[in-house]
Amino acid sequence: MSDYKNFLTSQVTLGKMNRREFMGRAAAFGIAATAAGTLFSESAMAQEPKRGGHLKLGLEGGSATDSNDPAKFLSQVMFCIGRCWGDMLVESEPLTGKPVPALAESWEPSADAATWTFNIRKGVKFHDGKELTIDDVVKTLQRHTDEKSESGALGVMKSIKGIKADGDKLVLVLTEGNADLPLLLTDYHLVIQPGGGYDNPTAGIGTGPYKLSSFEPGVRATFEKNADDWRTDRGFVDSIEIINMNDATARIAALSSGQVHYINRVDPKTVNLLKKAPNVEILSTSGRGHYVFIMHCNTAPFDNNDLRLALKYAMDRETMVQKILGGYGKVGNDFPINSTYALFPEGIEQRAYDPDKAAFHYKKSGHSGSVLLRTSDVAFPGAVDAAVLYQESAKKAGIEIEVKREPGDGYWSNVWNVQPFSTSYWGGRPTQDQMYSTAYLSTADWNDTRFLRPDFDKILLEARSELDENKRKDMYRTMAMMVRDEGGLILPMFNDFVNACGKNVKGYVHDIGNDMSNGYVATRVWLDA
Amino acid sequence: MAALGPENGPAPTSETLAAGTTQPQAAAVAGSGVIATMNTGLVDAGFWRRFVRRRPMAALILQRLGLSVGLLFAVSLMIFGGVEALPGDFATTYLGQSATPQAVENIRKDLGLDRPVTERYFSWLGHALQGDFGTSWASRNSVSEQIGKRLGNSLFLAFFAALISVPLAICLGMLAVQFRNRLPDKIINVVSLAAISLPEFFVGYILIVFFAVKWGVATFPATVYDSMGFMERLSAIALPVATLVLVVLAHMMRMTRAAILNVMSSAYVETAELKGLGAFRIIARHAAPNAVAPVINVVALNLAYLVVGVVVVEVVFVYPGMGQYMVDAVTVRDMPVVQACGLIFAAFYIFLNMAADILAIMANPRLRHPR
Repeated sequence: MSDYKNFLTSQVTLGKMNRREFMGRAAAFGIAATAAGTLFSESAMAQEPKRGGHLKLGLEGGSATDSNDPAKFLSQVMFCIGRCWGDMLVESEPLTGKPVPALAESWEPSADAATWTFNIRKGVKFHDGKELTIDDVVKTLQRHTDEKSESGALGVMKSIKGIKADGDKLVLVLTEGNADLPLLLTDYHLVIQPGGGYDNPTAGIGTGPYKLSSFEPGVRATFEKNADDWRTDRGFVDSIEIINMNDATARIAALSSGQVHYINRVDPKTVNLLKKAPNVEILSTSGRGHYVFIMHCNTAPFDNNDLRLALKYAMDRETMVQKILGGYGKVGNDFPINSTYALFPEGIEQRAYDPDKAAFHYKKSGHSGSVLLRTSDVAFPGAVDAAVLYQESAKKAGIEIEVKREPGDGYWSNVWNVQPFSTSYWGGRPTQDQMYSTAYLSTADWNDTRFLRPDFDKILLEARSELDENKRKDMYRTMAMMVRDEGGLILPMFNDFVNACGKNVKGYVHDIGNDMSNGYVATRVWLDA
Repeated sequence: MAALGPENGPAPTSETLAAGTTQPQAAAVAGSGVIATMNTGLVDAGFWRRFVRRRPMAALILQRLGLSVGLLFAVSLMIFGGVEALPGDFATTYLGQSATPQAVENIRKDLGLDRPVTERYFSWLGHALQGDFGTSWASRNSVSEQIGKRLGNSLFLAFFAALISVPLAICLGMLAVQFRNRLPDKIINVVSLAAISLPEFFVGYILIVFFAVKWGVATFPATVYDSMGFMERLSAIALPVATLVLVVLAHMMRMTRAAILNVMSSAYVETAELKGLGAFRIIARHAAPNAVAPVINVVALNLAYLVVGVVVVEVVFVYPGMGQYMVDAVTVRDMPVVQACGLIFAAFYIFLNMAADILAIMANPRLRHPR
């Protein structure tokens, strides 16, 4: 066994095996998942990082309207830029998603998990030379939560009612107990800024491994290494250049001609062609994002659970993963959680495409006529194709779906969360609690399936402050079953994050947290000459 | 944007050629009518009439300038109305899927989106008239400063594309006339037709595949930025310029060819020949003034396209020009930016068309005195 383990480890060290292959083979050989995880990170680190060089990234998702104010970070490009110049209080461990210290050195909850005390790291300097103080931390969190806040983190921070300093320590008081609070502070909007960023929110001054040297929204951002960085295990290249490339073909051309080292959002339709390019490596990371078809549970005809079940059984998930994701993804089971989450409820039966069952429930629902599904290519890549595929698989069950293509412009304000049946996507959340609270709690702003169930809400709140993990896991199973069997969510697939890099890029960390190595790609990789 | 492309220009047929020559005349007539009636209340009508008779060119330019201001005003009104009519306002579209009611409310209050439409328009207009286009709602940067950069980039690209394509098109057009219906003419026609038939993004991709990916001789992406030297910039824009030249070349070339052929086959040229005039004198005195108007018009149309209609080329080559800037702004309903971009585009169209008309009239004295 140890020989095989050594072989696997050496493959990782040589960069021939990515995390998923490694985990898969290690599991097949009977190495426990946690042990394999540690083994992987150890061997990945065993490769000595090289320092120096100029790293160029070609990224989709920026626009001329991007703001460098962390509260207004919305695009993929700003997500990545913010991670370069700034730090949060807490980071999440790439492989397990557990909270790990960043600017907060350590933390302690009260017995009811409703009051949390954070020790702030000392001796950390901002790029302008000022030292990080507790005042900066308090003010930053206040700026994202006060009554004038326009922050994208406002929803996440809603449960925090008190932010104050206790000597050198940060004390957060919550409206109710939350065992996962540290993970909320990993949100990419919550970059700690001098003075909380009240004076100059777009200055780009933070404590991150790189100093912003130029920024032109929608065009380009450049960075120089921060010589005073408080961490040594990141920031390997000397300088970074992030170029905004919104055209998929342009990104592929730039990567294969060696003009950039890394690109994001590789189109599943062309990924197999790109794979053949000699100097290119495809980076596929399984994540928590998912593509969904959402029905409003309180709106006719979707207020009938039999119709909802019929529509769930009419979904051919395997075909979706193959055709829409090009195989880069996993089938979903109609609840928004997959095995990358802590306390994932295992053993729930996978729902499969079953025209007979679909026809049975459809007949029972008494619905007649077609069902109107609204979709658009902005809902997720390939959403219109997915809707048409779905139309076909439903037809075999005798269900007629009318697909209406909506303009991409204004889709999020006029169709999603407004119309009773539409396509959409969700990025993952750090915890099960946050995922359910964001979109399945009765009072949530983004309850896009209109899942209004007081009994569900009650379990959700109980689970949040439950510190016994076994009990919590049981609660999450109950919640998953409720959403799966009675909710308005059809979840055919969890999408992988598909990116690509040149062969000379080393040390890429497959982070389950979010796309582009959770935004940290530029600070984690190094260039092998 | 793409709809403003040269495809929509007049087709190079003899019917539109005739229309092309009479167009400025008709416009001038209509223009003088409007301005004259507009001015009667303000200026002594007799003075204006005398001025028109004595200095027809100056009067024409004045009329056109007056009309342009009115047109720009109308354009700003239309853009404002158009963006207002789009579903969703800045607050909801900017935040997109991550919008929370409180954040939306805060943004609306902050930007004054809760005020009535008319009040917002006039407050914008008031500032714009004083040369203050405000700050972008999204990035909170000064609109004038950002547009300055982007417009500079767009003009840089357009200038070099025009510098190559205009002389090349006219030369090729003359060459085609010289070898009319013989092999060189046919080759020029087929190649230029093929180039104009391919969509510009396709031409761009082909150039990228060969020159950047396969042979690695050209710079890609074509992103330009402040700290770049002039030669670096030139090398960066080589591929987009080549694409644009291929796209606009055929239109101008065919127009030149058709215009010259049209004039050369007309009765008065034949008369001149029969009178025994030399070939040079015929072309210079009789043919050229009549052929130049449609050519100037099509050149102006293509120049305008090069400045305002190249968003697809900008996206493909990752070039930070005005087109992409405006599309980004429209996507999130960033009104100050949309307004400023729209006005600049409109101003370019108006200015280039005016310049084309004036040049055509200067070249052809017949158009100077409309009957």
